Amino acid sequence: MAFKRQIDRLPIIPADAKQQNVTCHYCIVGCGYKAYTWPINKQGGTAPGKNIFGADLSKQQETDTEAWYAPSMYNIVKQDGKDVHLVIKPDNKCVVNSGLGSVRGARMAENRRSDVTGTQQQRLEQPMVWRYGTWQPTSWDDALDLVAQVTARFVEKDNEDDLFVSMFDHGGSAGGYENTWGTGKLYFGSMKVKNCRIHNRPAYNSEVHSSRDMGVDELNYAYEDYKLTDTIMIVGANPLETQTNLFLNHMVPGWRNGAKAIFVDPRRTVSINAAQDAAGTENVLHLPINSGTDIALFNALLSYIADKGWIDKNFIASSTFAKGEAVAESGTHPCALGSFDMALKAIRISTSEAAKICGVPEADIIKAAEWIAKPNDDGSRRKCSTAYEKGIIWGNDNYRVVGSLVNLGLATGNIGREGGGVCRLGGHQEGYFRPGDGHVGRPAPYVDDLLIKGKGAVHHIWANDHYKTTLNASQFKAVYNKRTNMVKEAMDAAAGKSREELVEAIVAAIKAGGLFSVNVDIIHSQIGQAAHVILPAVEAGEMNLTSMNGERRLRLTEKYMDGPGSAKPDCLIAAGLAQHMERVLNKMGKTDYASQFKGYDWATEEDAFKDGYSKAHTDVTYDRLRAMGTNGVQEPVTVFKDGKLLGTKRLYTDGVFNRHGRKDGKALFAAATWRGLQAPGKQAQKDKFAFLINNGRSNINWQNWFLDQDNDFVSDRYPYPFIEMHPDDMKKVDVKQGDLVEIFNDDGATQAMVYPTETAKKGETFMLFGSPQGTQGNVINNGVNELVLPNYKQTWANIRKLADAPVAVSHISFKSKEYRSA
Amino acid sequence: MSGCNKLVDVGRRQFLRGGSMAAACAATAVVLPNQPAKAAQTARVEYPTNRLGNVSDLSDNEPLDVSYPDEDAPGVILKLGKKVEGGVGPDGDIVGFSTVCPHKGFPMNYDGDSRTLNCPGHYSVFDVEAGGQQTFGHATQNLPQYMLRVDDKGDIYAEGVDELLYGRLSNVL
Ligand code: SF4
Ligand code: FES
Repeated sequence: MAFKRQIDRLPIIPADAKQQNVTCHYCIVGCGYKAYTWPINKQGGTAPGKNIFGADLSKQQETDTEAWYAPSMYNIVKQDGKDVHLVIKPDNKCVVNSGLGSVRGARMAENRRSDVTGTQQQRLEQPMVWRYGTWQPTSWDDALDLVAQVTARFVEKDNEDDLFVSMFDHGGSAGGYENTWGTGKLYFGSMKVKNCRIHNRPAYNSEVHSSRDMGVDELNYAYEDYKLTDTIMIVGANPLETQTNLFLNHMVPGWRNGAKAIFVDPRRTVSINAAQDAAGTENVLHLPINSGTDIALFNALLSYIADKGWIDKNFIASSTFAKGEAVAESGTHPCALGSFDMALKAIRISTSEAAKICGVPEADIIKAAEWIAKPNDDGSRRKCSTAYEKGIIWGNDNYRVVGSLVNLGLATGNIGREGGGVCRLGGHQEGYFRPGDGHVGRPAPYVDDLLIKGKGAVHHIWANDHYKTTLNASQFKAVYNKRTNMVKEAMDAAAGKSREELVEAIVAAIKAGGLFSVNVDIIHSQIGQAAHVILPAVEAGEMNLTSMNGERRLRLTEKYMDGPGSAKPDCLIAAGLAQHMERVLNKMGKTDYASQFKGYDWATEEDAFKDGYSKAHTDVTYDRLRAMGTNGVQEPVTVFKDGKLLGTKRLYTDGVFNRHGRKDGKALFAAATWRGLQAPGKQAQKDKFAFLINNGRSNINWQNWFLDQDNDFVSDRYPYPFIEMHPDDMKKVDVKQGDLVEIFNDDGATQAMVYPTETAKKGETFMLFGSPQGTQGNVINNGVNELVLPNYKQTWANIRKLADAPVAVSHISFKSKEYRSA
Repeated sequence: MSGCNKLVDVGRRQFLRGGSMAAACAATAVVLPNQPAKAAQTARVEYPTNRLGNVSDLSDNEPLDVSYPDEDAPGVILKLGKKVEGGVGPDGDIVGFSTVCPHKGFPMNYDGDSRTLNCPGHYSVFDVEAGGQQTFGHATQNLPQYMLRVDDKGDIYAEGVDELLYGRLSNVL
C-alpha cells in the first residue's frame, strides 16, 4: 500500500515562536516560506492567543488556510546546539507563491537532517579521507592539507591546466552568491583554472549563449507578465511539474483571464492538460513536433508573421541593429547575428515546409502565428510571453534554436514590455558572482571528454554528480572508476606511511594515469564513490544564503538550523582550501604564487558576501535583505531609499539591449537557419534505433532528488525511474506495467520501469533523467554543439524486457497523471 | 492562490454516525511502508469508532459520501469490485478516504472511469485503488485513508485515519 506516515497530530507553533525568512531552495521559482522554531519543551495551544496564527485550532480550518501545516513541514532539528521544533510552511504574503507549497518545497522541513526523527541520515558530517580501503573520518585540517599538498604538485603559477574543477554555478540549494563567490575567487581569482565545468553539463559555458549574444538576458520579464499577456507560449518545458507555483500562481490566472496557450513539445505533458482546464481546450494549442525540429517551426512562424506584416516595425527600427551582419558565423558563433532583414533572409522557410519537417498540420502553425502576433481587431498589438527550458536548451542545435525563438520575441516587440518576455524558465535559482571567466575560452574545454581521454591530474568537484547527469555516462564512469582506483590502490599501499610518503605515492599514481578526486557535497554522491577526499557542505537554511529567482527576485534565506556535524558553507570550505594552498606553496618555496591565495579571512558566509557581491552592489546588505522579507527585491537593485531596496520589475523597458556588451545598445537577430540534427551521431542513432528516449524530470523527481533518494514519500511513488511508453509499444516489446526494461544502444545501456501512457506518441518514450537508480545519460552519445552544449533530448535506443515488475512496484499507481474535471 | 474560480460545490456531506464510541484503536489492516520510516513518531490520537454505512448501501464504483472522524471531515466510501490492499468487507474491496485534498484543502471529485479522486484546486490526482497514492500532484502526503471494519451485520465502521487530515493539527479535534 501507499506510504503513509501514520502521523495524526502535530505540535502547535506557539505565538512567540521565532520566525525566519526562507526562500525555497529547490527550484528557480523561489517560493517564499517562513521557518518557525521554538524550544523542544514548549508547545502552542489551540486557543487563538496560544498559537502563531491567532486562530481557533480546535476547529476544522478552511480551504487554503494559513493555519495548517502538513507532517512534511515539521521536524526537530538543532539550532545553536539545542533541539528545537521546526515548521517550514509557505508564506501567504510572498507574491511569488501566495501561500502555495509544492510537492518539493513543502517537504523542506522533512528533508532536513535530524538525529531525533531520523531524517536525512545520509547527510555528510565529517571530512573523510580514503584510508585502509574505505573512507575514514578526519579533521578539516588533515583533509584540506592532503588536498592542498596533492593539488600544489600539479599547478604552476602560469599553468593550472592539470587541475580540473567541476563546480555549480547556481543559486538556491547549496549555491548562491556566497558560494559561487567563494569557489569563483579560488579558481578564477587566485587561480585561472581553464578545465572546469558546471553541475549539469560537460563544460563551463552558457546554456543560452545566443540570447546573450543577441543582447537579451534570459531572465528579462516579471512573473506578473503571465497575467497581463494575451498568449503564453511554452517551449520544451513542463512548468506544472518543474516550475510548479509559477504555473499555478501566475500562468493559470493568466489563462483564466482569457490568455491563450501554445505548447511546443513532442510530448503531451500534465501542463498541457491543466492549461486546457484553466483556459478551455479551444484556447490551448499543442504543437507536438518531431523531436528536435523546433528551429524549423520558429523560423516558419517568423516568416509568416513577417509576410503578414505583424512585426513591430517601430521596435525593430529603434531597438535592433539596422544593417546587415554584425557578427559573422564562426567557431565561437554557430550562426551569424545582425539585422532583422539579414536574419529573415537566412531563416526563411514556408509554413508548409515546416509542417512537413515538424510533423504538425500547417493550419496549426498558422494558428500559432496568429495567436502570437496577429493584431487585435482594434489594431492594437497582441502581447505574447514566451518561456523555454531544457527541451530546447538541451536539445538540437542549442545556439540556433534559442536564437530563433528570441528572434520571434524581438520581431514582435515582446521584450521589455508588459505581458511580454522571452525567458528561460530555469532549474535552480540563480546566484552567480565570480571573477571573469574569459580565460576559460569559447568554445570551452569539453571537460568530461578530456577526463575520458586521460587528461587532468587532480579533480575538485563541488556538488556535481557526473555519474547521474552527464552524457556518454557509461564510458565516463568506466574510465573515471579506473583512474581513481589507481590512486586508491596507491593510497592503500601507503597505509601507515608518513604524509610525505603518502603524497609521493599519490603523485606517482597520477603520473601513471590516475586521477585524484576531491568531492565537496552534502551527501556521499555517486561520483563521490570514486573520491579520495570528501568534504561535507551545508545548504540554504543551515547557512545564510542569497539567490535570485526566475524574475530576478533576490532574497536572503536566513540560517534557521545548524548544519550536520562539522559541515560548512562551500564559501568557507573554499577559503580553507585557499589558506592551505597558500601555506603549502610557501613551504614549497613558491612564495609568489602563494601570495595569490591571500584574502580569505572570512569567519562567516556574510563575510564572503561582503567580499564579493556586496562590493559590486554596495546598496545590498544582509540587514537590508532581511528587512525585505520573502518578497525581496528584483535585480538589478537601483537604490536604497526610505529604508527599502528598490529594484527593476522587468529589463529593457527603455528599449536598450546590452547583454552582449555592444555600445550601441541594439539587439541582434540570429541567422538561425534550420540544418537538421546538428550534433554528431544523432541522425545515425535515430536511423538505427527504434525508440526516441526523450527525457526530463517529474514534479517529485527534480532538483531535490539527491535528498529525496532518502525520502520515503518520494521513493514510494517511483521506486525506480519510469519510462513512459504507449501501450502499443509495450505490446511490441512484450512488457507490462511496472516491468523493468533495458534501454540500450551503441553508447551504453540503462534500465527503467515501464509506465503505460496512452497519450505518448508511438515510438516516443519519456524517461526520468538523473535518477540514482538508472542513469539515462548512459545512452546519450557524446555529440555536442559547437560550444559544447550537450544534447540530452535527442536520444534513440532499443528496449527489451529485463524482469517482471518487482515487488517494490506492485503497490504503486500506474494511472494517467492527468487531472480529470468533474 | 489567486483566481481559483473552479471550486466545486460538494454540498453538505451526508453524515452517518452510529455504533459505539469504542475507546481503543482497532488493529489495522494497513501494511507498513516498505522502507523504515522516521525513527520516532508522535503518539496516536484516540479515534472514535463510527458507523459509516452498511455493505448493502454500496454498489460497485458508486461513491457514498460520509464523514469521519466528525461531520467537518468529509470523505467517501467505495466498493471497488476488486480486492485491494487495505480493502475490507466480504470481497476485500471496500475502502474509505478523506475527500479533502491534502495540498490546500479543496474538495475533490471522484472519477469513476479512472477510479481516482481529482482536485480542482491544482490538478492533483489520487488513486483509490492504490491506497490513495498521489498519482500526480502537489500534496506532500498520500490521501488519508480510513481504517475500516465490517461486522457480521455488514455494518462498516471507521476506526482510524492513516495521515493527518487537511485543516487540522489533530485528526480528532
Ligand atoms: S515551485 Fe519550486 S520554489 Fe516553489 S515550492 Fe516548489 S520547488 Fe520550491
Ligand atoms: S488543493 Fe491544491 S491540488 Fe488539491
